[in-house]
Amino acid sequence: MPKTYEPISSQTLASTQTTITFSSIPQTYTDLVLVIQAQVNGSPINTDGNINGDTGANYSFTTLVGNGSAASSFAGTNASILRYATAGYTDNTFGHNSINHFFNYTNTSKYKTVLCRANNAANGSSITTNVWRSTAAITSISIIGNPFAIGSTFVLYGIKAA
Amino acid sequence: MANTFVKISTVTVGSGGAATIAFTSIPQTYTDLKIVLSTRSTSGAAVARVIRMKINNLTTSIYSHRALEADGSTVYSFTETGTDSAVRIGLTNASSATASTFSSGEIYIANYTSANSKSVSVDFATENDATTAYLECLGYLVATSAAITDLTITPEALAGNFAQYSTATLYGIKSS
Repeated sequence: MPKTYEPISSQTLASTQTTITFSSIPQTYTDLVLVIQAQVNGSPINTDGNINGDTGANYSFTTLVGNGSAASSFAGTNASILRYATAGYTDNTFGHNSINHFFNYTNTSKYKTVLCRANNAANGSSITTNVWRSTAAITSISIIGNPFAIGSTFVLYGIKAA
Repeated sequence: MANTFVKISTVTVGSGGAATIAFTSIPQTYTDLKIVLSTRSTSGAAVARVIRMKINNLTTSIYSHRALEADGSTVYSFTETGTDSAVRIGLTNASSATASTFSSGEIYIANYTSANSKSVSVDFATENDATTAYLECLGYLVATSAAITDLTITPEALAGNFAQYSTATLYGIKSS
């Protein structure tokens, strides 16, 4: 099998931490995949973040979510965050996981699309598509918790198309 | 840099079908596991049927999920909690579905050797070539501190066996 799915960086928290950042991301892959299994110490909040440290109103997202009894959809426009998962998904258990796919992250002709699949068997299952309105190559990614608890894991993989 | 997305094993169902698809003695040397399935069941009662997953042959009430499902016209959400025989992991095409169509599924198990409960991301799509088909996304949890060494996937009681040409491949993914 060709070497096309490679770990770039992995963080397992030894202490609580509010912001997780992957910086200096190599520009040698086609896509990025961020795998999160985490819990928070405080009240559950949305799992959000940003790209390249951009906290301007340069993101939009649309979410399809099922909470175990009903399905719904909502959106955010001109948001100042990247949305990985909605409130409650990162709670006080390790029941949360998400797989987040950053497409064509080095392409300087495209706004960047991020597809997020988030789960928590106690709260729901969701799909969120994000757009970051920037043609800049992605060099850093952040994830924000409330704060994330000891033992939470964050792994960034690179995928090559060839 | 090492290649860390590695095939561990593939099961291909032969003529006559198979009651289960099982992966045993799973190596404990990876970070995550991913199972990619292409399946069809021999049940003739529906276009799609439920399949279930048992971890380490555990049959106690440690399984749960929240599901998001669509059938082409309506979106649903529901939850199941209980034993392995009460909680689905996904769906498979059944034999009332168009001939030669198979469902597709991905099951991603994060940190399968950890002492925390095992959280699983699940995506399934059945296919029926122009009539009713289903998409299903699950947040699935197995509340066990045991490392995963064995996985068994089974059609529900009414759904017969896995049909010939069904396949399941188990991959291991390392974070370093």
